Amino acid sequence: MTSALLSLANVSMSFRGLRAVQNVSFDVPAGEIVALIGPNGAGKTTCFNVVAGVYRPDAGEVRFDGQRIDGRRPDEVCRAGIGRTFQLVKPFAGLSVMENVIVGALNAAASVREARHAAERIVDRLGLAPKADHTASSLTLPERKRLEVARALATGPRILLLDEVMAGLRPTEMDLMVALFRDLNSRHGLTILLIEHVMRAVMALSSRIVVLHHGEVIATGAPEAVARDPAVLECYLGEEAV
Amino acid sequence: MSGYLLDGVPRHALVLLALLFAVLLAVPFVANDYLVTVLILIFYFAYVGQAWNIMMGFAGQLSLGHALYIGLGAYAAAALYVHYGISPWLGLWMSVLVSAAAGAIVGYLAFRFGVGGVYFAILTIAFAEFARIGFDHWRWVGGSGGFFLPVKNYARNDLLSLRGSPAMFYYLALGMTAAAFIACHALLRSRAGYYWQAIRESPDAAQALGINIFRYKMYAVVLSAAMTSLGGVLFAFYYNNLFPEQVFHISRSIELILGPIIGGIGTLFGPILGAFVLTSLAESLSELMRALGVDLPGIKQVFYGLCLLLVVMFLPEGIWPPLSRLLGLHRARTKTGKS
Repeated sequence: MTSALLSLANVSMSFRGLRAVQNVSFDVPAGEIVALIGPNGAGKTTCFNVVAGVYRPDAGEVRFDGQRIDGRRPDEVCRAGIGRTFQLVKPFAGLSVMENVIVGALNAAASVREARHAAERIVDRLGLAPKADHTASSLTLPERKRLEVARALATGPRILLLDEVMAGLRPTEMDLMVALFRDLNSRHGLTILLIEHVMRAVMALSSRIVVLHHGEVIATGAPEAVARDPAVLECYLGEEAV
Repeated sequence: MSGYLLDGVPRHALVLLALLFAVLLAVPFVANDYLVTVLILIFYFAYVGQAWNIMMGFAGQLSLGHALYIGLGAYAAAALYVHYGISPWLGLWMSVLVSAAAGAIVGYLAFRFGVGGVYFAILTIAFAEFARIGFDHWRWVGGSGGFFLPVKNYARNDLLSLRGSPAMFYYLALGMTAAAFIACHALLRSRAGYYWQAIRESPDAAQALGINIFRYKMYAVVLSAAMTSLGGVLFAFYYNNLFPEQVFHISRSIELILGPIIGGIGTLFGPILGAFVLTSLAESLSELMRALGVDLPGIKQVFYGLCLLLVVMFLPEGIWPPLSRLLGLHRARTKTGKS
């Protein structure tokens, strides 16, 4: 418990009477990759947005590295060390790919020059170097997903929140992404919390899975155990899952 | 510093820019007073257009009330000069202060309470209207009867008091336009420049990347207001008369944003090019009408409207972006991404 980098405790959030998230508690231990899965409308993105500071939860606490962060603004949450991507990608369409990443890198860099160097490395890392000078509006959807990751990564986070970054990727692209996250996790100790529907990626990456259904946590544990959990099979994975 | 400023600017662009600047420096020696006067007007619009562009072009915040900052700047420096004999070079700091404060109030009210887009634009109009009505009733600066700076025939240019020939104002306006251009060029490459563009493109994503969007939008408004006020100082000391009904009028606010829109919002050359194209064409039209003996009041406004229509329909980015691509001055960028 004490080693949790991010922890949600009894978080509830309603929208005009619709309870999106109900009493959700889970931990993301430092250095691990945790997946948040569940059917559409289960409250996964709401959880993300509560952590990222987009919403203030009606009840409960969010702690990052021991500090309460619920109710803080998104930019404060980012500066605290939480990087996030958007499920519906939000590139800075009129800026170049490099400029998009520079904006992210400025969060951690002392100068524009330093940010540019950091951005160059990350753009290269994400395989976006050939498109570095293209406007973000010209990118394909998989490229935009990679740009989302590049930008969030550039902020220098201690934990990365990934919201369905695998959706729409071809298997080879997905394998590259999985390899990248594994590498970031094992070599740089980056903690990752990901929302994902693509079970292949979830099983390949995560050391722990949290399953949400109707806004509540119905299962938590190691991937193999969760994948065999009857409740999870019934509501989400289906019988012949994985 | 200069190396940083010139980073990534093509060499032939620099040569063209230097040539253009040299030609402009020589103008008062070869051109008649009329042409100089038109050019002063062009630089005035280029300068205030550039200042407006920081808010709209860089940070994406539409102001339709920039006449507020022109007027406050004009009245502040003029009143200090007329009432206390304070040089406009000192008075302009008061102009900057007053306009920056007004910008801060408008910005704070809007951004703190989440007033955005069209509603923000309406708020900016409202403040310019408040000022117009307020100044109409402020006797100390002449009220609706107007405020006048002393006009005499000066044997020589008095730069300290900004009294003198059109040539002096020409160089002043040219200097301001050049300085604003360089400042905006540097701003765009600064942290604030990147943050502003990010906020313009997607406020949500900008905030998620650690940008305090309230603070940076405030910077944009305050800086834009402060810069615009200097245009007001030039206006006051060049025209020597100020009427609230004219200075703060919404048509002034609209007039000054036409340049950047037609030239290219968010670009550095757009406001300058737009001012050149629009003002010179409008003046030519007036001359033509005069020569033909036709008197059509409002023809200039109709012409502005037509220009705006054509640009919006056929060159939605403005004139500068396609022109710069044509001249090979733009960084190679693929819009279509099909390459």
